[in-house]
Amino acid sequence: MPYLLMAPAMLFLACFLFWPALEAFAVAFQTPSGTWSLANLQAVARDTDFGLSVRNTCLLLAMVIPLELAVALAMALLAQSRLRGRGFLLYVWSFPLAISDLAAGLVWLSIFTSHGYLNSAFQDLHVIQRPIGFLDYDNLPGLLLAVVMAETWRSMSLVMVVIMSGIQAIPAEIGEAAAILGAGAWKRFTKVTLPLLVPTLQVGLMLRTTMAVQVFAVVVALAGSGLPVLAIRTRTWAEARDPQMAAAYAVLLLMLSSLTTAAYLTFLRTPREVFQR
Amino acid sequence: MSTAAATHAPATVRVRRLTLGRLLLHGCAALVTLFMLTPVYLIALAALSPSPALFDYPRALLPTSGLSLDNVRSFLSFGNVLPALRNSLIVGLLTVMLSLALGCPAGYSLARHWFRGRNVAQLLLVDVRAIPMVIISIPLLVTFIGWNLYDTVWSVALVHTAITLPLTVLITASVFLRVPAELEEAAMSLGTSRIGAVLRVVLPNSLPGLATAALFAFVTSWNEVFVAVILTLRNPTLPAAVVEQLETSPPGFRFAAGLCLTIPAFVFIFFMRPYLFSAFGVGGR
Repeated sequence: MPYLLMAPAMLFLACFLFWPALEAFAVAFQTPSGTWSLANLQAVARDTDFGLSVRNTCLLLAMVIPLELAVALAMALLAQSRLRGRGFLLYVWSFPLAISDLAAGLVWLSIFTSHGYLNSAFQDLHVIQRPIGFLDYDNLPGLLLAVVMAETWRSMSLVMVVIMSGIQAIPAEIGEAAAILGAGAWKRFTKVTLPLLVPTLQVGLMLRTTMAVQVFAVVVALAGSGLPVLAIRTRTWAEARDPQMAAAYAVLLLMLSSLTTAAYLTFLRTPREVFQR
Repeated sequence: MSTAAATHAPATVRVRRLTLGRLLLHGCAALVTLFMLTPVYLIALAALSPSPALFDYPRALLPTSGLSLDNVRSFLSFGNVLPALRNSLIVGLLTVMLSLALGCPAGYSLARHWFRGRNVAQLLLVDVRAIPMVIISIPLLVTFIGWNLYDTVWSVALVHTAITLPLTVLITASVFLRVPAELEEAAMSLGTSRIGAVLRVVLPNSLPGLATAALFAFVTSWNEVFVAVILTLRNPTLPAAVVEQLETSPPGFRFAAGLCLTIPAFVFIFFMRPYLFSAFGVGGR
């Protein structure tokens, strides 16, 4: 009986999730005639924007995830302390959970265009003489800044909610015991809360790395073709009706996502050792 | 008296430090709130500015040149925007129906039955979130062209269901767990079958939770961009239509699109709020 109830969902996932994920590898590593080869990956490596898209995706991963993890952790701790108007704060802090990366990109577009609100504010304050071209195609730091801001603004809510659910699962008695033994607020945070949060942080990191490596619409909205990333190249080749190239890019994207997750998880092991000491 | 003052002094200091600390906390909270809301204010200002005001520099940071609905109106009346909005709603509803139809039985079995492989199934549902949608969309593009489903609402809805289904199963499982099994057994001892008990006791008691699961599925589908861009051409969903227009459209169009895609989130989150932790915290411990 339980298997009968479970079967439709599992069959559906097998058809539309697991099978296509495996098939992507087959498409990426086969020639159109069906023989196995590395030709597609070699063609991808020769693709004009290949190096740039790998570099940009990696740069975004390296900047967005640590930044939003730190801010989201601070937000979760703030929301945990008894603030006035906590319900309203949580509402405002979590609303980006329900917007798309496209919406986030367009929202920040109004701020970062050369005649946008950031330049206008700087000009009003006489910080600048003429507008800064944040989104000019050759202004890599400006483009990265805009995308990092929009991505962080949108997705730190998700990390915050994940972290808060983890904090709520930590029994309050442990913190109280540490307080009685004389641990101050900072010590309680670094030696009790943080180590116990490691599994939660790992889940948050896995979720966010998977999302961030696929960064797409926010870049399209802010940078157009000025900042090629892996997902944009995948789309370009898919629209050029070349599934081999598109699948090869998608496989690279998956590998980058797994590698980054592994890297972040290794990096995160430190607090656990602190805990054991 | 001097001893009394001495013993009281540290207490006063501690109280003052605490209020200072609390002031600092409230200050930080206000900063974060400002960071969240300022961009929303600015996109609203940009979208609702009269078109000529968008070319002013420096652009006014307050609505001094008046507000107008021109940008929003021209966005909504642009070519395929309204049909795309309709497609988005259809895809969203199809996704909700498919993921509830497939997810409720699975969630019920997770909540009520202990079976071999139950833990594996649960772990699998948590971990599939690590599969990037980009990678499944390419082989499915080929498949859907073969099935003549390319560029239809069905292809997008099927993939969106694959994205939302794991979460739907986990949410519905936690919803059914909250309905005591005793209620079901009591109904069955009064003469109804298992199916009757589920339909007449379990379902009515879990409607709010199921509504939330439906809302999560709808919002996921509503916000999904990449798969919709890949799988459609002439029948895009709203985000896909906006992405296709981005490069050729004037600023007013983009800002109006930004506002129209942001505002619904405030409504969605209002209703999702009580369930955020149970939905996104799944597997978090």
